[in-house]
Amino acid sequence: MDFNDTPEEAAFRAEARAWLEANAEPLAPGEQPAGLEGRFDPDMVRKAQEWQRKKADAGWACITWPKEYGGRGATPIQAVIWSQEEARFKTPPNIFAIGQGMLGPTIMVHGTEEQKRRYLPPMLRGDEIWCQLFSEPAAGSDLAGLRTTAVRDGDDWIINGQKIWTTGAQYSKWGMIVTRTDPNAEKHRGITYFIVDMQSPGIEIRPIKQMNGMSSFNEVFFTDVRVPDKNRVGDVNDGWRCALTTLMNERHAIGAGSGGPEFRDLFRLARTMSWNGKPALQDAGVRQRLADFYVRAKGLQYTSYRVQTALSRGQTPGPESSIGKLVGAPLRQNMAAFALELEGAAAMVLDRAAPEDALWQLAYLGSPGLRLAGGTDEILRNIIAERVLGLPPEIRVDKGIPFKDVPTGPRL
Amino acid sequence: MNFDFSDDQKLLRENVRSFLAKEAPLTLCRQVLETDSSYSASLWQAVAGQGWLGTAIPESYGGAGFGRLELAVIAEELGRVLAPVPFGPTVYLAAEALLVAGTEEQKQQYLPELGRGGLIATLAHSEGPGESGERLPKTSMRSGKLTGEKTPVADGNIADLALVTAKSGREVGLAIVDLRQPGVTRVPLQSLDPSRSVATLRFERVPATWLGGQPCGWNTIHHIFDRAAVLFAFEQLGGAQRAFEITREYTLNRYAFGRPIGSFQALKHRLADWYVELELTRSNCYYGAWALSNEAPELAVAACGARVSATNTFELASKEMIQMHGGMGFTWEHDAHLFYRRARYLAAILGPAPVWRERLIACLEAREAASS
Repeated sequence: MDFNDTPEEAAFRAEARAWLEANAEPLAPGEQPAGLEGRFDPDMVRKAQEWQRKKADAGWACITWPKEYGGRGATPIQAVIWSQEEARFKTPPNIFAIGQGMLGPTIMVHGTEEQKRRYLPPMLRGDEIWCQLFSEPAAGSDLAGLRTTAVRDGDDWIINGQKIWTTGAQYSKWGMIVTRTDPNAEKHRGITYFIVDMQSPGIEIRPIKQMNGMSSFNEVFFTDVRVPDKNRVGDVNDGWRCALTTLMNERHAIGAGSGGPEFRDLFRLARTMSWNGKPALQDAGVRQRLADFYVRAKGLQYTSYRVQTALSRGQTPGPESSIGKLVGAPLRQNMAAFALELEGAAAMVLDRAAPEDALWQLAYLGSPGLRLAGGTDEILRNIIAERVLGLPPEIRVDKGIPFKDVPTGPRL
Repeated sequence: MNFDFSDDQKLLRENVRSFLAKEAPLTLCRQVLETDSSYSASLWQAVAGQGWLGTAIPESYGGAGFGRLELAVIAEELGRVLAPVPFGPTVYLAAEALLVAGTEEQKQQYLPELGRGGLIATLAHSEGPGESGERLPKTSMRSGKLTGEKTPVADGNIADLALVTAKSGREVGLAIVDLRQPGVTRVPLQSLDPSRSVATLRFERVPATWLGGQPCGWNTIHHIFDRAAVLFAFEQLGGAQRAFEITREYTLNRYAFGRPIGSFQALKHRLADWYVELELTRSNCYYGAWALSNEAPELAVAACGARVSATNTFELASKEMIQMHGGMGFTWEHDAHLFYRRARYLAAILGPAPVWRERLIACLEAREAASS
């Protein structure tokens, strides 16, 4: 048992590090990597694209992709090593993750040869940014309940409806959209998957203001939007299978959210906050709570080491790889709440007057989103219960009936 | 990254598991619990025969010369079957203490016997209800004679040898005392987990020697506890994992309202949460095993993490096991209470979770002070 690279891994790490050192600025100790600002900023997009192209030219973009699409056919453990190394440097926020992490792999599995050749290389280079048009106001956890329609019209399809929670829609060239193409079929059977040009006439994008005041995502409205049939991925009415590929990759792509405060920041806060004239860290109750947070945070970190070990041995990680977000997101929220307890009345402040530039206030307001995005805590529990533990699936009243007959709540 | 047991260690796990499946079904644990016996002598002999007691004892002292990772594997398997034997106190506490702090003479004298199963040993620290922390024990050594009372002592009624925290003036150390001498009184106590025993030990000027030849001080005592905490954590993990497996199986086979109860989301989600806790605990335990087997400076922090995590998870597991079995889980006949009792026994044996949480933060503070 050790935490060391194999000789091959060490050589790969050294190569990655050497390139990064020659091409990027290392982060100072304690400096946070740039997060998504939560608003559309053309300058940020331009910088991110420049960095992505630089990586692509040197063979460091989407390294696990096959060489024919611009990757280097790297192993999963090499991908882990690369991201560990890249995380030590000042780089623009990764606005390509949805395309490269989720949609690209879907095209690789379900797309035609022509689609792969057309879309994957510019996706890898960051020349074309992608967004994922899955969720709808009435179809979130129940994604297959989507109602956006696609109707055949000659060589085209006409799309009408609304998508929601779409990250990066403003600066995306392409979107992957799941649509209802047969309302008379069962819920999962009448769905078709398309690639849609985000500049098409009939698309309207409206930012959503989140509870923390930021706008990381949008509503996207479709009014008679035309999509050519050659942009269809997979067979007509077989889109659910493709969507599952995307979702599977999403669980891997969305971690507990890197960036944001961690245990060591909480420990520092406990040391600096004054309680009855002494550091809060000297309070026995505070120490008990801190210990539990530490044990949980470390449990998560060491679990990721176990996942990396499987990758390093060329194995598929076990089900332990599915717990990251379910543990990490509530942990972030609970740590933020505790941090604000440590701050006393100062917890009420959300500007520079708050301790540590309102680091924990912002985490407190942002963390509820982590427990919802990319699978709610509740859906993740269902997934673990059913796929890992083999417990019976939920009883479904929408099974075996045409989608148009599935009960819905009152239409307001 | 190589944060897992090796193929050889996994093979050892399989062998240990199939051996214990035959030798230590839960009926054996129940038998000890329901009779006057304090432990299963037959299983103890079988375990000794396998050489497991000497797993981490070097060959020069008659052991098998493997390491703590192998010992951790065995600990987890013993935990799974709620083995009704004094393995933990004998091996994780006494043998390990001798290995890290004993004189050469003491190692020669005791380790071969411990590894052979010829001696049952324990560590006696508590002097009554509550937590003493670093208060000087009342038990004292004067001119090589031990006097005082320790209660409760795990396996105190069956142990042949005890390491006893004792004072000499203002100093504290561990006295090695043979319990088969005049001047030792044992008072068996009723155990919360009768598959594991507990007793009061009284010493009236009993000849004893200091572990290491002199009072070793709190640091060494803590270090000995840290080492044992990692290994006990694996026992706790094993018990929690087994409780989970039995319960998951039950929720698939038990029907109510015309459905397996495992199809109800209230139980599905709790089983998922329970699974998550097991995985986090396993990871914390592995880290502890790594630190222990490498004698890493991180051992204290790693041991606290493993201990807190495993104690909480075994408690959760044993509570959920009863709850998900319904009324049946509250019967004497059902095995759930064996897990419930063992979880509490192991939670108490090295000091409860709050003590370890406190130690964890103290260690983090010390680490930070050292690095700044």
